[in-house]
Amino acid sequence: MLLLILKRIGLGLITLFIVSLITFVGVEVLPGDACTTYLEREAYGAALDACIKRLGLDIPAYERYLDWASNVVRGDFGYSLSGEMPINEVLGPRVKNSLVLASVSILIGIPLAIVLGIITALWRDKLPDIMISTITIFSMTIPEFISATLLILIVAIWLGWLPGIVIIPSDATFYELLSNIILPVVAISMIMTAHMARMVRSSVIQVMASDYVQMAILKGVPYWKMVFRHVLPNALLPAINVVALTIAWLLGGVVVTEVVFNYPGLGRLVIESISNRDLPVVQALAIILASIYVGINLIADLMTLMLNPRLKSLQIRK
Amino acid sequence: MESNLITEDKQKNKLEKAFEILKTMASKPSGLIGLTIVLFHVILALISPYIAPYDYKAISPNTMLLAPSAEHWFGTDSLGRDVFTRTILGGRTALTVTFFGSLIALLWGGLLGIFCGLVGGKIDDVVMRVVDAFLSIPWILAMLLIVSLLGTSTEVLIPALGFFYGKGIVRVARAATHDVIAKDFIVSARARGHSNMSIIWNEIIPNVRDAILVEGAMRWSWMLLGFSSLSFLGFGVSPPTPDWGLMISNARGLMSFAYWSVIAPIVGLSSLIIGINLTADAFAKALGIDRSTKAPV
Repeated sequence: MLLLILKRIGLGLITLFIVSLITFVGVEVLPGDACTTYLEREAYGAALDACIKRLGLDIPAYERYLDWASNVVRGDFGYSLSGEMPINEVLGPRVKNSLVLASVSILIGIPLAIVLGIITALWRDKLPDIMISTITIFSMTIPEFISATLLILIVAIWLGWLPGIVIIPSDATFYELLSNIILPVVAISMIMTAHMARMVRSSVIQVMASDYVQMAILKGVPYWKMVFRHVLPNALLPAINVVALTIAWLLGGVVVTEVVFNYPGLGRLVIESISNRDLPVVQALAIILASIYVGINLIADLMTLMLNPRLKSLQIRK
Repeated sequence: MESNLITEDKQKNKLEKAFEILKTMASKPSGLIGLTIVLFHVILALISPYIAPYDYKAISPNTMLLAPSAEHWFGTDSLGRDVFTRTILGGRTALTVTFFGSLIALLWGGLLGIFCGLVGGKIDDVVMRVVDAFLSIPWILAMLLIVSLLGTSTEVLIPALGFFYGKGIVRVARAATHDVIAKDFIVSARARGHSNMSIIWNEIIPNVRDAILVEGAMRWSWMLLGFSSLSFLGFGVSPPTPDWGLMISNARGLMSFAYWSVIAPIVGLSSLIIGINLTADAFAKALGIDRSTKAPV
């Protein structure tokens, strides 16, 4: 069991190592280095030399990679080009803001998705299912920027209930954040809930058709007792992994949503650093976002392992 | 002569089978709606340059931000351009880029997945690690990086999208290959001494094609989402090309008094994405594949 957990963690670390290689090689191979890209037309003479010196572009690439990687492992991402300040200082408040946004959305989204998934599964092909399923299909297929724009148009402009965009500095206090994130949270959790509700639905339907549930029905176990004792534990377990993948996939959607609402989180930093061609920050963001992805998946794997006694004795599933 | 007859017969069978699948897809309301929407958009994309009432890039200060009227059905935007014209033209780039992008994704993802599933061992392990690593980089960061360094022309966007959306297909194709690889007909093909290439072409592809095609159809809608998000963020096609994502981001700031210029592209893009999704779902069901338990990786 312990060996299995260690193996999972090892695989995650290997993935992160490859990600760091990919981002590094990618930036290296694509035309233009960090300095010429950043300075654009002013890339000559003293400015260019100074920039090259500062980033150490004059030493061989593999040495630079080792340098950079060992610093990253110690939690130091180096300096950003545009702000001329340590990337850690740039990232700190942004990470916090995005975490607040993401965790509130997840806290609302997951329970809601489970409830909706169960309702649609138990009333399969009846009115509640048809209504909820239609809404979930709509909200999961429409791009984030469209649902966010429509939310602003309807709630903020036509109804005038809430401010349309978030105007807070990136180092705002927790309370300031909470009062400003209602619309972004609705936009993100709408899509997330829809994805997860669909998965819970099909998972519950699968379990309902299994032999032991039929057995329980025949034995005369009361309906709701059967649902909560026999169906749900078995149906929610396989959903954990898929939910983790969905959350990770939504990182991309969070970027767009943050831009629409002008929310000062990691997502907007992605756009800002790419517009400024600040490649050191982009590299740092790639590693951080990939770590989040790997971390979420790892937690999901471990949770599945802990909750499923059958898997404890088995080998790693491929 | 005889062989000719056989191939003709085979072709007829294939057509009949395709027709059969289409019929199954259209037999449910959701599939029928999806097919209709996609067909409508494809036809519109083909004929829109000929039916567009105005020049999509004609700027005029006299017609700025007009409300919908008989002359301008969907009103005009902040530069005085006709929103109806730009909306019906707006799907052309998106459809072309994502269609060819999906083809590329299907080809390399499918072939690499089949190859990995077939050979297994060390090569498989290494490739899957790399695919996993690529999966863990958010698509938006990778696409933005490529686009900002290489430019936003369609020659860059198509292969970049094709590459990035193919990595998920690798997994599906590999899993599907694993399912058929132990079957008797593969074993007997090996026993007959067929090469790996011939086994892939004659035995595996016909059996995993359905799963890969369904996956490709899904990728198409996600790629469309990705492409329009890029345009929306200002990293997709460049103005004045009419594009829905770009139109929405331009009109967004003015929507408190000119909502029409943002509604029209929203309806265009949403309906196409929903249409493709419904079609892909119906396609999967017609082929007997359940994809509702899959995460959108």
